[in-house]
Amino acid sequence: MTTADRKRRLTSAIMTTFTGACTALAISLLLVILLYIAWQGIGSLNLRFLLESPRPVGEGGGIGNAILGSLVLLLLSSALGMPIGIAVGIYLSEFGKGRFASLVRFVVDTLTGIPSIVTGVFVYAIIVVPFKHFSALAGGVALAMIMIPIVARTTEEMIKLVPQNLREGALALGAPQWKVTLGIVLPAAASGIATGGMLAVARVSGETAPLLFTAFGSRFFSYYLDQPIASLTVQIYNYAISPYDEWHAQAWAATLVLMTLILAINIVVRFFTRQKF
Amino acid sequence: MSSSVKLPTRDLRLATILRLSPTGNAGDAVFRGAMFCAALLVLLIVGGMIVALAVKSLPAIREFGFNFLISREWNPVKAQFGALPFIYGTVVSSAIALLIGVPLSLGIAVFLVEQAPRFLARPITFLVELLAAIPSVVYGLWGIFVLAPFLRVHVEPLLARWFGWLPLFQGSVTGIGLFTGGIILAIMVTPIITSVVRDVLAAVPNSQREAALALGATRWETTRVVLVNGAPGIAGAVMLGLGRALGETMAVTMVIGNRPQISASLFEPSYTIASAIANEFTEATQDIYLSALVELGLILFLVTFVVNGLARVLVWNVTRKSGATA
Repeated sequence: MTTADRKRRLTSAIMTTFTGACTALAISLLLVILLYIAWQGIGSLNLRFLLESPRPVGEGGGIGNAILGSLVLLLLSSALGMPIGIAVGIYLSEFGKGRFASLVRFVVDTLTGIPSIVTGVFVYAIIVVPFKHFSALAGGVALAMIMIPIVARTTEEMIKLVPQNLREGALALGAPQWKVTLGIVLPAAASGIATGGMLAVARVSGETAPLLFTAFGSRFFSYYLDQPIASLTVQIYNYAISPYDEWHAQAWAATLVLMTLILAINIVVRFFTRQKF
Repeated sequence: MSSSVKLPTRDLRLATILRLSPTGNAGDAVFRGAMFCAALLVLLIVGGMIVALAVKSLPAIREFGFNFLISREWNPVKAQFGALPFIYGTVVSSAIALLIGVPLSLGIAVFLVEQAPRFLARPITFLVELLAAIPSVVYGLWGIFVLAPFLRVHVEPLLARWFGWLPLFQGSVTGIGLFTGGIILAIMVTPIITSVVRDVLAAVPNSQREAALALGATRWETTRVVLVNGAPGIAGAVMLGLGRALGETMAVTMVIGNRPQISASLFEPSYTIASAIANEFTEATQDIYLSALVELGLILFLVTFVVNGLARVLVWNVTRKSGATA
């Protein structure tokens, strides 16, 4: 073997090791982060913590109101964002030809990349300012805007997977197109759309920035849509940047709750898609 | 097509219309209209964003004009607003993120597509994607209490000792600053860049690999051929990561120190556009202060819109090409 050959092999071996090291680094980071959350969070986690509302420093208190608030926000944003997202997805896959559709597709894709803090500023301008105070409604709208592009793109992809002859068969039997789409195509793609929706929920359940000046946060139980409302993420943020050790511990415990939800959704989605494909 | 054809009975004719020209059906027209409206709504949201942000930032644009972008003074008390410290912080933290995140992502993607056996590639892909599922605020929490102390004790002193002759690594070591912000962004953009690069590499035809191997290329030389083939798509992936890094808010806000200053040292506290909005928006009592913050939002919106648009075009071109040749 010549020196040049030896050098080439050595380079190859080094680079192969490098790629493996990169992968190992990423996975160990994931494990370190998750295990650290579990280790820190488990200490403060108990039933009272999950059910009570926050109290002043030194008196305990919990994240019950934040869990309720996050649920309200997720329900509201899903109710707004899912139908619109699915409709956009249907439009793109079933009618989506021509310039207008390309434009919509492009805008949906870029909308996914718009920083969520900007969405928050926008919703502040169109909802918080006219109503003159922070509200759960504003938070829900902001989260819905983040959901729409995600749901739209997964719906489009999933509907495109439905075989063409299913549509042709239904049309040949005389069904109008709306019945074909809603009654045949959509149910055939339902599980795919559902997993896309779940991922969208997982994504927005971790959003903080768009809630800071829309839903704002609250230290009380509330489900009124026209009032400020607490959320897990904003509470984690407020506790994390506070100077109190007790609140830091509560932030870790709240993070454990949030991460459990997000990981559960991701693993369930993974399980379902694995069975399907 | 249907109207000119002579049909035996009225019923059949109706059926023909139903089948062949969907627009002739009232239900279809309504359905199509509804779906169209949803699509239109997406355009209206983006259009509305531009208009609302522009209108709200008009007072600041009138007051400071172009100076807003080049002034270093951000002083709410004196009602002086210059965005340069934020622009600097955003650009530098994103640059650090890409400098670390891109090689890391390329390494992972190459490992997954070119090296790992299938049974290993699938779970690893899932795990790397889980990194993207961790919320920003959680990265921030971890950043404050784990990453920042770690960097302060173990990494920053070493950098200061080895590279202290560079202005970048001078000054006091606190763990809270541009450097930590860049590192946490690097971790956050890695799964995004990785997943796109993985798709891009997987789209490179196998004939390229076979040709390289047949010429006696080593594993790495073959990989280089594949990387060169996927270069435009990889550029798109990097742009996507850049877009994410520029707009990332919570994690950066929690570790970057939030001080509007321009300092050569990466260890010094800094501020990004997104974190300025997050921190100061609810405190902005004067109209001009709020307007200046909205103008920051407008800048961020326009920049990320362009970056993401470019990324999409680059990635689309690659997938379309591979679709044609595969």
